[in-house]
Amino acid sequence: MACPTHLKYTKEHEWIAVDGAVGTVGITDYAQSTLGDIVFVDLPKVGDSVAANQTFGSVESVKAVSDLYSPVTGTVTEINAELATAPDKVNEDAYAAWMIKVELANPTEQETLLSAAAYDAFIAEETGK
Amino acid sequence: MATETMNPVGAPTPRNTTLGKVRTHPTQNEGLIFEKSSPGKRAVRLAPLDVPEVDAATLLGDALRVEAAPLPEVSEIEIIRHFTRLSTWNYAIDLGMYPLGSCTMKYNPRVNEFVSRLEGIAEAHPYQPETLAQGSLKVVRELEQCLMEITGMDAITMQPAAGAHGEFTGILLVRAYHESRGNARRKVIVPDSAHGTNPATAAICGYEVQNLKSNALGMVDVAELERIVDEDTAALMLTNPSTIGVFESEIHRIADVLHAKGALLYMDGANMNALVGKARPGDFGVDVMHLNLHKTFSTPHGGGGPGSGPVACKAILEPFLPTPVLARKADGTLGWNYDRPQSVGRVRAYYGNYGMFVRALAYILANGPDGLRQTTEDAVLNANYIRASLEDLYELPYKTASMHEVVFSDRRQATRGVKTGDIAKRIIDYGFHPFTVSFPLIVSGALMIEPTESESKEELDRFIEAMRAIAQEVEETPELVKNAPHSTRVSRLDEATAARKPVLRWRPTTNSGGA
Repeated sequence: MACPTHLKYTKEHEWIAVDGAVGTVGITDYAQSTLGDIVFVDLPKVGDSVAANQTFGSVESVKAVSDLYSPVTGTVTEINAELATAPDKVNEDAYAAWMIKVELANPTEQETLLSAAAYDAFIAEETGK
Repeated sequence: MATETMNPVGAPTPRNTTLGKVRTHPTQNEGLIFEKSSPGKRAVRLAPLDVPEVDAATLLGDALRVEAAPLPEVSEIEIIRHFTRLSTWNYAIDLGMYPLGSCTMKYNPRVNEFVSRLEGIAEAHPYQPETLAQGSLKVVRELEQCLMEITGMDAITMQPAAGAHGEFTGILLVRAYHESRGNARRKVIVPDSAHGTNPATAAICGYEVQNLKSNALGMVDVAELERIVDEDTAALMLTNPSTIGVFESEIHRIADVLHAKGALLYMDGANMNALVGKARPGDFGVDVMHLNLHKTFSTPHGGGGPGSGPVACKAILEPFLPTPVLARKADGTLGWNYDRPQSVGRVRAYYGNYGMFVRALAYILANGPDGLRQTTEDAVLNANYIRASLEDLYELPYKTASMHEVVFSDRRQATRGVKTGDIAKRIIDYGFHPFTVSFPLIVSGALMIEPTESESKEELDRFIEAMRAIAQEVEETPELVKNAPHSTRVSRLDEATAARKPVLRWRPTTNSGGA
C-alpha cells in the first residue's frame, strides 16, 4: 500500500497528520503488516506529556510487543478509546485507526519527519526490495 | 543422511510404512477434568473419624467457607487416565529433538532424578534445624562453588526461581551498588538483539532503557557503545554469545568502556551452554550474571520446570546479595547468615528451588570438568553441523562463526509466500519440535535452531533431511507448507482471537447446581 502523501512519518513507523496545533498519530500500514494480528494497544492518558522520539505506549500482536514512538513533543488531548476493545481496527486500516492526538509544543519539530516518498524509500532499504 | 524415507505429503502417514501406530483410546477429544465430574464421586474413602469432632464454625468463625469449593469429583482411574492421555499428546525431549533456539532444551539425565529422590534429600524440609540439615546445606554449598568456578565469579545467590527472576535480582544488585555510592544512575543499555526480558527487567528496576543497535556482524557496536555510555549509565545487559549465537569477540573492550564510566556489565547467562569449561564471564569483565540451571545444567525445562536462576557476581556486589546467604560458622558447620545490612532483601521464600540444585549438582559432578567441556564442544559442533548442512537452502543473515545455535532467515522462502512460522509448523509433521521463530528481532523472519549436545549425528541428520525436504516443498508445493501442520489433532489455531478474547478459566455450562 502506498503511503498517504498528506502524512509525515518516523523511522519507527508512526505517521502523524498535523492540523493547526494538533497532530494525530498512528502506526503505518507497513508496521501493522509486519506486526501481524494486533491484540492490544496500550495508550497514554489524556493530559500526559509525550516527547519526540520517546515511547508513548506499546502495541502487542500475536508475534511481539513493540513500543510506540511519538513523532512530536506535546500533550495528549485525546486517545482513540475504540482500540481498547477493537485493536484489530489497526490491522483493517492503519491510517484510519489513529491512536493519540497531541497538542504540539513545538510545531517546527514536524519538519524533521519523513515525507511519504522518503518513508517509502526507507522501507525499501529496510526490506531490501 | 538418514536411511528412513521421509513423508513428503501432508497426511499423517507413519514414517516407516511397514508399521502402524499403536491404537490410541477412541476418545481423542479429552475433556477438562471438570467436565468429567459427577456429583458425589470420590477417589478415596476416608476412614471414620477417630478423634473428637470439632465444630468448624467455632474454630474458623467468619473464615468458615459456606459454599463447597467447585472441585471436580472423579474416581482415581479417571484422574490417572485423564493426565496420562494428556501426557501422550505432548512432545518432549524424551521423544525426539527439541531444537528450540535460545531455550537449550537438552536431555534431563536420569541420574539427576535418581539423586533428587534419595530419601534424605527428597524428605528434607526447609524448617529443619540447620544442625539436622548439614547434608542439604552441603549440596547448596558444593553447587555454589562449582558455579562460581564455572563462571569465574566471587559470590552467588541461589534464590531466584528462573532466568528473568535472576535478571531482576542482578539489576537490583546493580542498583544497590550504585545507590551505595550515592547515585543509582538513570539508564540501562540493552542491545537490540537482547531477550525481551532484559529491557523489561531494567524497566521494572526503575531504569530507563536505552537501545543499542547491533553492527553489521550482529555484534555490539563498540564505537556506538562508547558514544552513549556516560555517568548516568548503570549497566549494559548483554547476552554472550549473543542471541544470533555469536561470541562477542570484543567483550573485553565492552567491559572496559563501561568500567571507565563506572557502569557495570550484566551478562544474561541464557547462552552459557556455549561457554562452560571454555571461557569464564568473570575473566572477560562481567560483573554480575544469572545462570539458567534449567538450560545449561540439565534440570527440567518447560512443563513448569521449575526453573532456577542463580545470580553470580564479583566481590564488589557481594554485600548486596539477597538474604540469607550460606556461610560457614565458627564451629565449622554451615548455616544461613541473615545479618546483611546492605542486602537488597529476600527475593524468594526459603532458599530457592532446592530440588533443581540437587539435579544441577548431579549433572556437574557426573560430567566433571572434562565432561562439561566436551558438552560445550559438542553443542557448538552440532549447531555448526546443522549450519553447514542447511546454509545452501536457507539464508544465513550473519556469516560470523556460530557457537551453540544458528540463526537462518526465511528470506528465500518468503519469496514463495512461506514464512518462518510456516516452516516451523511443517517440521511438526516430520516429528520434530519447531525451532524458535521470529527471534532475535534483528533478523527478519528468523529461524533459530539450537540442537544442544544431546543429539546424535543420526538425529541431526533426520532433522537436516526434514528441513531440506521442506525447502523443496516450498519450491514445489508451497501451499502444503503454508497450511501445515497436517498430522496434529488440531492444525492452525485462531491465535488472534485467542489473544484478543482469552478464555482463562473453565465455567460450568449448566445451572444444575453441581460443579
